[in-house]
Amino acid sequence: MHNLMQQPFRTAVLVLVWGWLLFLVLAPNLLVVGASVMTRSPGTFISLPLTLDAYRQLFDPLYLEVFLHSLYMAAMTTMVCLLIGYPFAWSLSKMGKQRQVLLVFLLIVPFWTNSLVRTYALKLILATNGLLNSALMSLGWIDEPIQMLYTEGAVIVGLVYLLLPFMILPLYSVFEDLREDLLRASHDLGAGRWSTFIHVIVPLTLPGVLAGVMLVLLPAMGLFFVPDILGGSRNLLVGNVIKNQFLDARNWPFGAAASIVLTLAMAFLMFAHRLSKRRIGEHGV
Amino acid sequence: MNQTLLSLRALSKQFDGKSVLDSLDLDIYDGEFLTLLGPSGCGKTTLLRLMAGFEHPDKGSITLAGDDLTNTAPEHRPLNTVFQNYALFPHMSVFDNVAYGLKMEKRPKEEIRQRVDEALAMVQLEEYAGRKPHQLSGGQQQRVAIARAVVKRPKVLLLDEPLSALDYKLRRTMQVELKRLQRELGITFIFVTHDQEEALSMSDRVVVLKEGVIQQLGTPREVYERPANLFTARFVGETNFFPGRVDGADGEDTISVNVLGLKRSFRKPDFQVAEGQELHVLLRPEDIRVLAPESTDGVPGKVVERNYKGSTLDSVIHLEDGTEVLASEFFDEDDPAFDYRLGEPVRVSWVDGWEWLLPQENGLAQGAIADA
Repeated sequence: MHNLMQQPFRTAVLVLVWGWLLFLVLAPNLLVVGASVMTRSPGTFISLPLTLDAYRQLFDPLYLEVFLHSLYMAAMTTMVCLLIGYPFAWSLSKMGKQRQVLLVFLLIVPFWTNSLVRTYALKLILATNGLLNSALMSLGWIDEPIQMLYTEGAVIVGLVYLLLPFMILPLYSVFEDLREDLLRASHDLGAGRWSTFIHVIVPLTLPGVLAGVMLVLLPAMGLFFVPDILGGSRNLLVGNVIKNQFLDARNWPFGAAASIVLTLAMAFLMFAHRLSKRRIGEHGV
Repeated sequence: MNQTLLSLRALSKQFDGKSVLDSLDLDIYDGEFLTLLGPSGCGKTTLLRLMAGFEHPDKGSITLAGDDLTNTAPEHRPLNTVFQNYALFPHMSVFDNVAYGLKMEKRPKEEIRQRVDEALAMVQLEEYAGRKPHQLSGGQQQRVAIARAVVKRPKVLLLDEPLSALDYKLRRTMQVELKRLQRELGITFIFVTHDQEEALSMSDRVVVLKEGVIQQLGTPREVYERPANLFTARFVGETNFFPGRVDGADGEDTISVNVLGLKRSFRKPDFQVAEGQELHVLLRPEDIRVLAPESTDGVPGKVVERNYKGSTLDSVIHLEDGTEVLASEFFDEDDPAFDYRLGEPVRVSWVDGWEWLLPQENGLAQGAIADA
């Protein structure tokens, strides 16, 4: 106690941090875990007795299908982000410093606009009489508008649009750390471009790939407003299921169970990321 | 032995319009230990990179045993590099690092295992094959880098300041070890360093570089004892420069020079001299003799600094005209009067015939040297 009085600032910071973690991280998560093992109740949302019914319901073929479709769309999103983000980040890291700063800045600018608004903007582009269809028709490439909105593709486009920076930024950081002399050493020892890419560049940028996947795959399953706006009724994400259970179906235990499964998936990815970093002798998240 | 292996012709390289190498010619012999010595920015690393193929020359050619390598990609050149910061692949074990080059050659597994084991044995790291680079000390990483480069049996090994990250003692050990390796393997070593002591102790020949131009090429002894110009004299070792004036020829091969108020007879230098010409008389600290004040030889001065170095006694002496003289003398245990106190009057002389003459290097004088 004597010690605490001597360092009031240190004490205040510690209380703040621990208080934050306790009330805003630990408590809500415990509440979710609690809710997931309780019984659904129309009046009070949840009630006793404790049961694993909600988790059992996750394996209901209907929900399983939603979950798998959601996973598929999220995986496609991640793949597209990776295919665009990897070469983007690579060439970004090779540019002059000033241009790098400018491009990273441009990458961040869209965050200043609410993502809901940006998704609506995308809707205007993809709509039947939207910008893209009009442009294609006036170019004479198509005769009648293509159905783009309310498709699986529209959802993936929306998710890629919103999440691409989260793939690029961690990749950019690993490419920045990629030492030129390692690539030289690889060439020096007789490896061509392709061998160097496979044996040196890919393993050394893997932590960035996994970080990017972590930041894209799981949010991609949760961004419920993207299917709401662009996807129509058939292209649901796990996020939509969770939202519907809490707001519409009023099945809190089921919604809670679904969100815990997402959290566990996230934890698994973080673990894999840690392993990949330790492999190359780095210590990080 | 003096058979040319690697031949550089009129190599030029510019970066952002700034010339780094200017029409450089160099022949490197088969099996020699050649050192590129110079201060940072002298072009020595660029020269090494041109040989390795990481940079492409603006002009000129590189040929190895008759094959033109100028446009050959680094992966197809029979040269390997030991990088300054080792550049070990952090995600691979020591074994896999060393095996990398052989795997790229698609050698059979058994051969790879055997050759990697041999290379690791050569640098005494057999037991570390399974470790990752970050689990090794700096000296051990250095050895892995060497093993990785020599396992491919290159014709030439390029070493880019490989010892600069090691502490003094480890550096001495590695110098001896590199020299041993070079003898055992019989490979040509091209070694880049800014450390003149390292260059002198390891090399068969030294190339002194300044601003992309070769200042001198010769054995360590030639470079140290007979520097081609003031830059080499200053850069390699410590030197006393005394101004001298030619009084005229006093024999067939000797000239009379007035230096520090003394009239001395010197061997005729290999540049042209005229009566009354000013020149530099170079004397290494170990050429200097510090004599008792009663002596009749030499120039009077006063000891202003003395440093005990273990095997030598280094002192700084101020002459009466203000000239500063560095002297380094070996202990003579039979001479009780060897040690001097600060402020003690002494006389400074040098061993006859150990001096070296260089012309003045400003403006017009420079042209005269070129003609000589």
